Amino acid sequence: MATEAALGWWGVPLAIAAGTMRGGTPFLFVSLGECLTEKSGKINLGLEGTLLTGAMAAYGTSYLTGSPWIGVLAAGLAGAALGVIHGWLSQQFRVNDVAVGIAMIIFGSGVAFFFGKPFIQPKAAQLPTIDLGAWSGIPAVEAALQISPLFLLGVLIAPIMHWFFKSTRWGLFIRAVGDSPDAAKAMGMSIFKVRLLSVVAGSFLAGIGGASLSLYYPGLWTERISSGQGLMAVALVIFARWNPIQCLWASLLFGGAQALGPALQSVGIKEGYYLFNAAPYILTLVIMIFTCSPKRSLTGAPGALGTDT
Amino acid sequence: MSQKRVVRLSRRQILRGLLATGAFGIASKYGIGCASTPSTSDASTGASPAAAGGNPITIGFIYVGPKDDYGYNQAHAAGAAGMAKKFSWVKLVEEANVPETAAVAESMRSMIDIDGAVALFPTSFGYFDPHVLKMAAEYPDVQFFHAGGLYQEGKTPKNVGSYFGYIDEAQYIAGIVAALTSKSGKLGFVGAKPIPQVLRNINAFTLGARSVKPAITTQVVFTGNWAEPIKEAEATNSMADQGIDVVTCHVDSPKVVIETAEKRGIFSSGYHADQIALAPKGYLTGAEWDWTNIYSKLAEEIYAGKKLMDGGIPHILRGGLKDGFCKISPYGPAVGAEAKKAADEAQAKLMDGSLTIYPGGLKDNTGKVVIPAGTTLKQDDPTLESMNYLVDGVLGSIGS
Repeated sequence: MATEAALGWWGVPLAIAAGTMRGGTPFLFVSLGECLTEKSGKINLGLEGTLLTGAMAAYGTSYLTGSPWIGVLAAGLAGAALGVIHGWLSQQFRVNDVAVGIAMIIFGSGVAFFFGKPFIQPKAAQLPTIDLGAWSGIPAVEAALQISPLFLLGVLIAPIMHWFFKSTRWGLFIRAVGDSPDAAKAMGMSIFKVRLLSVVAGSFLAGIGGASLSLYYPGLWTERISSGQGLMAVALVIFARWNPIQCLWASLLFGGAQALGPALQSVGIKEGYYLFNAAPYILTLVIMIFTCSPKRSLTGAPGALGTDT
Repeated sequence: MSQKRVVRLSRRQILRGLLATGAFGIASKYGIGCASTPSTSDASTGASPAAAGGNPITIGFIYVGPKDDYGYNQAHAAGAAGMAKKFSWVKLVEEANVPETAAVAESMRSMIDIDGAVALFPTSFGYFDPHVLKMAAEYPDVQFFHAGGLYQEGKTPKNVGSYFGYIDEAQYIAGIVAALTSKSGKLGFVGAKPIPQVLRNINAFTLGARSVKPAITTQVVFTGNWAEPIKEAEATNSMADQGIDVVTCHVDSPKVVIETAEKRGIFSSGYHADQIALAPKGYLTGAEWDWTNIYSKLAEEIYAGKKLMDGGIPHILRGGLKDGFCKISPYGPAVGAEAKKAADEAQAKLMDGSLTIYPGGLKDNTGKVVIPAGTTLKQDDPTLESMNYLVDGVLGSIGS
């Protein structure tokens, strides 16, 4: 009984800490992917669909091959395939990328639901976790510290992407295309190719985000698995000011906010659970209110974001 | 310059916006068309041999989630499929993933106008008020059978019927098993929303548990909606952190809760369908639906020309373990002999009617007496269907 004892109020910070790592992983991948896409001047709202397709592809592949890592790869590739469609379509003459993005949400979820039907019931092999909590001897802490390798991968990608934008030639290309396409053109770059590759790479990451949903936490495939996380991650990129490092913090914050409602109820806070459950959405709204201004453009926003050039 | 640019763009943007909205509309309409086509086609092949008999009838089913979610929708869809398989004269039309909004009214309308459905089964609780009520007034010749809606004589349209099972009887037994298996004396319940049916399950589970161990408690976590996989997982994890060692749930798909419980090494009790495959070690038992039985009975009555409107079919159709509306899952490996014996005894008593779940003098968890002493509420008492309290022993509140 002693070691199994209730954690009481310690359960709340523990759940939030665990939630940042468990629930934040898909946010992290999708927001990093969207960050890369938007840096090149295109918006991809379709990442909600990409997330679902990634989750389905990962779960299905893991179930059929028995290897979750092949599932992760399949999720990335499935995401990239959707990215090719978006990247090509959104750059056609007189095509708006927001409209294409909305179509891609419907298309991506449709693809995922269609191919995902046979995978709702079976159990697929899950990704192994890295157990950092064995020292504690407390089952709750052990469970909270079962960290997904995908989370660590995401944490690594964030600074690498930051460095990539800041200090590499390719990063400069993407920023140039996103900030001033005319200048990029004058440098002799193909705007089309740079944007296409950015969208595809971003969708690849978002697909992996889907894999973390279906192969790590909560670790199953259902049609309701994303519950709007892909769209929230797009808002999160604006909150993070198109900075990959800040994407990391924002994702952790959103992941933790998801855990708040259930954790508070389980320690006996009875009132206001609808409010706590809505925490991630309220956070999104508050962020939008604080970051939106009709007078000035956002600092850090790519200059040509969402325009037709 | 910038001013001019804004003006020039806005006209284009409006055109584009209109186009996008149109495309969205077409896409979603097309999506719906796609979804219902396959089921119509299987059904029509099934219906063809019926030409010899009477006129085939079209029955429509609407689900709030996917049809194979290991849960509420699967239970209904399996019931509908079982019914359609039995009778070749039934043409089944189905639509899944219909939200509890005006969308369901459109689904019902198209099932009636396009598919010619004579009876509809909108299975989700939230469809009832106002959507089913409105459509029933608009189509007085179509029969609407709603799962769980509260029928009020004189107020609800005559062509609306309500059917539901007293699955709380099965939850009561699951509570007994949970209490006798739990080591910490703390049970957990992940609920979607504090509506009467969910509260009834929570209360019956707790009363069952307390009938064998009076000091036991049930912690409730409401996730706020029927399908919230991440919150359900968080809730289960938080409960495990609090030392709770048996969890059960009332959400659309118990898969997340059962699997998370198994991962955390605690026991689980299922809902809607048998989930032992998801938790071979920790699954104790569960409260399951048995809809095929009920749907077949109703389909036969509709086929025979009986109607809700003239009282041929009762407006309120209810039943529990005895009437075959529900059953309990086979016991899992962790259930001991003592628990099995107590559960079987309770089941026998519920079957013969000698046990009532809600005794007189019952107190809620704020100490208020909710059922006056001396009046024992039978299962079919309508006051139970508007339950708005959590009984003593439940930790939680229904206030938002």
